[in-house]
Amino acid sequence: MTSVADHIAGPPLAATAVATHEALLAQVEAPAIAKPVASERELRLDLFRGMALWLIFIDHLPPNLLTWLTIRNYGFSDATEIFIFISGYTASFVYGRAMRDAGFVVATARILRRVWQIYVAHVFLFTIFLAEISYVATRFENPLYTEEMGIMDFLKEPDVTIVQALLLRFRPVNMDVLPLYIVLMLFLPVILWLMRRSTDLTLALSVGLYAATWEFDLYLSAYPNGFWAFNPFAWQLLFVFGAWCAQGGAERMSRILTSSITLWICVAYLLFAFLVTLTWYWPQLSHLMPRRLEQWMYPISKTDLDVLRFAHFLALAALTVRFLPKDWPGLKSPWLRPLILCGQHSLEIFCLGVFLAFAGHFLLAEFSGGTGLHFVISISGILIMSGAAWLFSWYKHSADKSGSKAKATGGNADMAGGGA
Amino acid sequence: MKFVSGVVLGVSLLAGLLTAVSVRAEDAPTPAAPTCEVPDYLLSTDNALPKVAEAIKSGGSLNILVVGSRSSTISVSAASSEAAAYPSQMQAALKAKLPSIEVNVSVEIQAKKTAAEVATSLPKLLESKKPTLVVWQTGTVDAMRSVDPDEFRSGISDGVVALQEAGADVILINPQYSPRTESMISASPYLDNMRVVAQEHDVPLFDRFAIMRSWSESGEFDLFTAVHGAELAKRVHNCLGRALSQFIIDAAHPKPVQEN
Repeated sequence: MTSVADHIAGPPLAATAVATHEALLAQVEAPAIAKPVASERELRLDLFRGMALWLIFIDHLPPNLLTWLTIRNYGFSDATEIFIFISGYTASFVYGRAMRDAGFVVATARILRRVWQIYVAHVFLFTIFLAEISYVATRFENPLYTEEMGIMDFLKEPDVTIVQALLLRFRPVNMDVLPLYIVLMLFLPVILWLMRRSTDLTLALSVGLYAATWEFDLYLSAYPNGFWAFNPFAWQLLFVFGAWCAQGGAERMSRILTSSITLWICVAYLLFAFLVTLTWYWPQLSHLMPRRLEQWMYPISKTDLDVLRFAHFLALAALTVRFLPKDWPGLKSPWLRPLILCGQHSLEIFCLGVFLAFAGHFLLAEFSGGTGLHFVISISGILIMSGAAWLFSWYKHSADKSGSKAKATGGNADMAGGGA
Repeated sequence: MKFVSGVVLGVSLLAGLLTAVSVRAEDAPTPAAPTCEVPDYLLSTDNALPKVAEAIKSGGSLNILVVGSRSSTISVSAASSEAAAYPSQMQAALKAKLPSIEVNVSVEIQAKKTAAEVATSLPKLLESKKPTLVVWQTGTVDAMRSVDPDEFRSGISDGVVALQEAGADVILINPQYSPRTESMISASPYLDNMRVVAQEHDVPLFDRFAIMRSWSESGEFDLFTAVHGAELAKRVHNCLGRALSQFIIDAAHPKPVQEN
């Protein structure tokens, strides 16, 4: 999706950017409205991360009209892949430079502070979830749904549940992405350290771990049963691949990316994926699917990042990089501004999106909402996310104005990737 | 600036809309007695019930076994609750539609068991009951416990194969549409997997989820309500029972292709 190829061609690394401790606050630092250096910022990364955040929000609401606009209906991969890949890319970009300039220890310290921020954000979301579910449990008693109310059973032993939540083992619906992100970021120092030795070796190790996950069925268990909905052992591949692209891999792939053979393979694969997804929504078509293909292909595991999903993401990314040049004037258009702003404040906007999805569910339940209210909630959620992103930028922007010059430079350094 | 004013305008517009919608929701009159119409496509299936068709044709008896979890019952203390739940309602509707044959329904509730757990108990159940048709309602427990969807799928798959090998027709029933718990129970992987299994084994799937959602959307039932009484549950089960009887009869009498 992103910058892959040409981003590195003119590496903003050149920016002498002293990665001061601001590098850490990357996202917060990233002044969206920054002037002259703005051209260095890879806006496509922001654009697509913003888009991923919107799509994740829509996918977290009950299905409605807008759900049909999300990419998971048209192929194997969905917004999560985009989000994790770009996160790997930007994290590696920002902290990779910190590691080069300030050393392993300092970079690790910054990364850990970032991990802490994400962890706190996750716990905050969990608190909101707990409030919502407790409300429903105490106010709502419909004999029709006695069985479904069993989901509240964990409220009977909050001591265990809350500790398990703090250990990231108890995760309610829709709260799976941040724990994955936390684990991936936790291993970022090691990844970056390895990458300083050899980027390709790191990628090879990552592929090895991915293969081992499938071969030996590695997983992290969850509470009260089951396991992590996004298996970090498998999803790390996407994160490391993003990091690898940021560390020069994309540049080396540029020849492959521009070849017309790649183009046609990607187009053919995306078309294939689209046709397969069609059979999910129109089961009448499913007899057209060769039995043997079905047996080989299904199930397409999201938990373990199925190869088909990964390939689908790669194909989408390759086409995007090809047809959406870095200097595409549309990136400056006011219409895409909200998306880009959201992408620049990904952690805040992600959390806000999860919260808004909870709130949306709640409103729908309180007002017995139909399609109309549903649509209104989706749209206002997106508007609120954009408004908040704009507000964050505005804060940052004014802070920059009054801040010291050094601070401004630090901020610009981060702009290249927003904060992880 | 343009963007800011755009956002402000948008938000205020939406605020207006929101109030309008909420007011309307409060004003909405309670619907009269349920007609519970179900869209045709939700009651049609490509998969047949040959054993049931045979039983109807030969005029013998139709023995139905409903295997389900607690959503196949209405949990109120009232003694009449079993008769009000959808299995009995289905039986009554089938008797009315098929006066010439005997319709026996037995219900086997396995509360708090996952599909895989229920599947292992099925062969024994079948030995003792010898049903013509098994209606297997499942998925809710698995969704609540977030059982691995693959495990869930192989669980139902094994169960369906066991039932078919024992010589029974099978209908699968998926979870209820439960808007209040939608943000807490992620039903969709389980709904999808049940659909896949139904297709793989040519088993009709009674899409309880979609049917109840269509009732909720059409305003037939207010499934969001927090009422304590059992009245709503009884009405919903009555409608489900009737829809299920219709579904069974349609699947047992595949209509000759009339289109084209």
